[in-house]
Amino acid sequence: MKHHLLSSADLNREDAVLVLDTAAELLSLADRPIKKLPTLRGRTVVNLFFEDSTRTRISFEAAAKRLSADVINFSAKGSSVSKGESLKDTALTLEAMGADAVVIRHGSSGAPHRLANSGWVRSSVVNAGDGTHEHPTQALLDAFTMRKHLGDLDGRRVTIVGDVLHSRVARSNALLLSTLGAEVTLVAPPTLLPVGVDTWPVQTSYDLDSALDKCDAVMMLRVQAERMNAAFFPSAREYSRRYGLDDRRFRRLPEHAIVMHPGPMNRGMEISADVADSARSVIVEQVTNGVAVRMAVLYLLLSGADLSRTDLPELDSTKAEVVS
Amino acid sequence: MSSASRSHDHPATAREVLDASDISRALTRIAHEILERNKGSANVILLGIPTRGVALAARIAAVMASVEAAEIPAGSLDITMYRDDLRLHPARALEPTDIPSGGIDDAVVVLIDDVLFSGRTIRAALDAINDVGRPAAVQLAVLVDRGHRQLPIRADFVGKNLPTSLSETVRVTLREYDDSDAVLISHTNVSRSSS
Amino acid sequence: MTAYLITGANICGADRPADLLLYDGWLADPAEAPADAVRVDGTGLIALPGLVDLHTHLREPGREDAETIESGSRAAAMGGFTAVHAMANTDPVADTAGVVEQVWHLGQSAGYCDVRPVGAVTVGLHGERLAELGAMADSDAQVRVFSDDGVCVSDAVIMRRALEYVKAFDGVIAQHAQEPRLTEGAQMNESAMSGVLGMRGWPAVAEEAVIARDCLLAGHVGSRLHVCHVSTEGSVELIRWAKSKGWGVTAEVTPHHLLLTDELVATYDPIYKVNPPLRTKADVEALRAGLADGTIDCVATDHAPHPTEDKECEWAAAAMGMLGLETALSVVQLTMVDTGLLDWAAVADRMSVRPARIGRVGDHGQPIEVGAPANLVLYDPAATRVVEPTTLQSLSRNTPYRGMDLPGSVVATFLRGRATVLDGQLQ
Repeated sequence: MKHHLLSSADLNREDAVLVLDTAAELLSLADRPIKKLPTLRGRTVVNLFFEDSTRTRISFEAAAKRLSADVINFSAKGSSVSKGESLKDTALTLEAMGADAVVIRHGSSGAPHRLANSGWVRSSVVNAGDGTHEHPTQALLDAFTMRKHLGDLDGRRVTIVGDVLHSRVARSNALLLSTLGAEVTLVAPPTLLPVGVDTWPVQTSYDLDSALDKCDAVMMLRVQAERMNAAFFPSAREYSRRYGLDDRRFRRLPEHAIVMHPGPMNRGMEISADVADSARSVIVEQVTNGVAVRMAVLYLLLSGADLSRTDLPELDSTKAEVVS
Repeated sequence: MSSASRSHDHPATAREVLDASDISRALTRIAHEILERNKGSANVILLGIPTRGVALAARIAAVMASVEAAEIPAGSLDITMYRDDLRLHPARALEPTDIPSGGIDDAVVVLIDDVLFSGRTIRAALDAINDVGRPAAVQLAVLVDRGHRQLPIRADFVGKNLPTSLSETVRVTLREYDDSDAVLISHTNVSRSSS
Repeated sequence: MTAYLITGANICGADRPADLLLYDGWLADPAEAPADAVRVDGTGLIALPGLVDLHTHLREPGREDAETIESGSRAAAMGGFTAVHAMANTDPVADTAGVVEQVWHLGQSAGYCDVRPVGAVTVGLHGERLAELGAMADSDAQVRVFSDDGVCVSDAVIMRRALEYVKAFDGVIAQHAQEPRLTEGAQMNESAMSGVLGMRGWPAVAEEAVIARDCLLAGHVGSRLHVCHVSTEGSVELIRWAKSKGWGVTAEVTPHHLLLTDELVATYDPIYKVNPPLRTKADVEALRAGLADGTIDCVATDHAPHPTEDKECEWAAAAMGMLGLETALSVVQLTMVDTGLLDWAAVADRMSVRPARIGRVGDHGQPIEVGAPANLVLYDPAATRVVEPTTLQSLSRNTPYRGMDLPGSVVATFLRGRATVLDGQLQ
């Protein structure tokens, strides 16, 4: 594993499988009388959240605490800390406090990269969602959930439906799932697929119905209400008709296929209430698995990552690449 | 887990100190000693420490079962997350922990490992057991005790006491994982981490 | 006034070493050099007419923490420039005769190069009402170039009126071509890279659509349009087409758009955040070809100093722009001369003659011959240097070339016969 987890692209297949296998072992601890492990005793994990996300923060907090790390929650939302220099100053503060890992959620794509690669901190940086870029631990927990139900993901078909353009979950899942050998199809109206999606390791389609027949898992993405005003689609009703997972479409899924959603859901918009609550919906289980996956990530990033090590990345070494 | 037992560095220079039949006899003897010490198998649970301790636990359980004509619960206990050297090494993959159904509360847990060396693995295992439940007693069985303890830990049941120097590596091969059953000793220039 | 006798320099790269006498502000016959003339060994050096930049941000008034007219002029002199055009997006905006005269006079008193203010097209750069273009043209600053740079004059009627109005005093509208609705919140070039990086894209069409419209307007009203910092392949084609119609359209390209691509954004280092954004390799190649064949008239730096805190932050919060004055000629050598696309005479044309003509800067961009104003740069193309931001004259440090090996160095710059740089040192 690398020193940071900033993108699903940081994980090769071996790394990804290691995280998922580790998470599987850790999940079994959830049944024990004492859920805590001494593994990260004396280590400090900082949850640095520039955006509200109670569920992600709690998940990371639980993961770190079960590994006996000290957890500091730093919520920067709403304070004057929202602009540039502040990220640096905050980082320097965390470094001075001796943070071993910084879990960062930020509204700006790439903020975790800046934190990791600017020489401001030596701690491991875990991207807990940055702008419209990535959310790699969400992808790991999704892959984990799929593996539990479907076994090895090699050759499995996963359909991801909705606002791919603005979705960090879709980006991270597309990368991770294809690393794990799954065949990913992104389904969205053309307005919600990013430019250059043809260079991604995925198939794309504008037609949800044609993508459902053979899929093993279908993941519905949240559609933000504000997209409607920006003319990405004409109306919520039309979106729901063309891209919502309603009961009719649900019945077309293969028997074994599972239904996923990173939450929070717009019931009646991208997913019908009956589908969300059906036996094949693993949406609640995704949350449970999140803690185990994040424990695995923290364990794997932090063991052996003693800050006295000399092989840590040095920064200010970014060299400009040029067209010659 | 014993790093010594995972070493496959210098097979050419290895010297065999126990062969398959030696190992078989040692495990049979350990099985009997466990039964004798605990006055039978009631209430006894074997927990092997991965990797090779798990296979040894299964073999000992099989011997005990044939003697007692009763099922002997055997499982595995991964101690990776309890190691005291996690900061010093790259992260390791976790091994399975498999606690027999019914748990370990008030049972006699016999920990089983292949090589007893520094004692740090057993220290970690004791911590791990503590988080799983509260056994009536914990005992320790090892195939080989090679000395050089760094903690006040001793084995209750020993297959073979093997005096070694620190520059030597002790390697246990078992047919569940390797070609054959053997305990090999070899010289190494690298001082290996204690296990 | 000190006379300089430059011996054995290659004038505009011509392969016959010649002597040049700089006397009393003019180029004079070297045979008449006075005895006390300072001799400058020009062996191996290329003499070019003093460079003229059509696009510089000097930040004064308003952001003197980023750059001042004095510091920016020093940087210009170190880069071989003898005239720069200072963009209007200062605070207050250079939209009145008072502000442009202040900029002009500050430039003159600094004395490192002629600072020609660019006047705003619209009041406050708001794009709603024309600024008093005539008053700025008639002022001491004699403004001829008008631009709302940083903001596009997106209203077609305002643009049309501006183009028409400046005909009265031979002005030119320098358009920052960026369709505002298509670039709301845009962070980088819209490409496969923006999709992967999860950043709001800035499509090429947002630039090209405005260029197409403005070329048509310029043709329609018979006025002069100058397209700022052309950055896409399609823009080059549109300008080539407009020129083929005989319309008064000129264009510039920045050094960074000749060299850097949007791949660099993957570092998320805002040092590469610039407007217009770094584009693709295909765009870079089209820009080089366009500059080579003259479709693009000139290189303009878009020197955009920003204080450290505006770049040491996450990408979205960072300011757009990069330094350019002190590295421009080296980057042009690297991308255009060393690649065989331009010879040094053509470099003189693209970096001095044509920009001076577009900006109507009389004293600059003249041929290097006896009787011309002694605005001159001596350049050593064989030198190399590693760019170190702290050694730059600019008050800011936001150069994207940090740590890069760049060819060439400015040995001397002369402004009307006076050395502003000599032996590579600011005078």
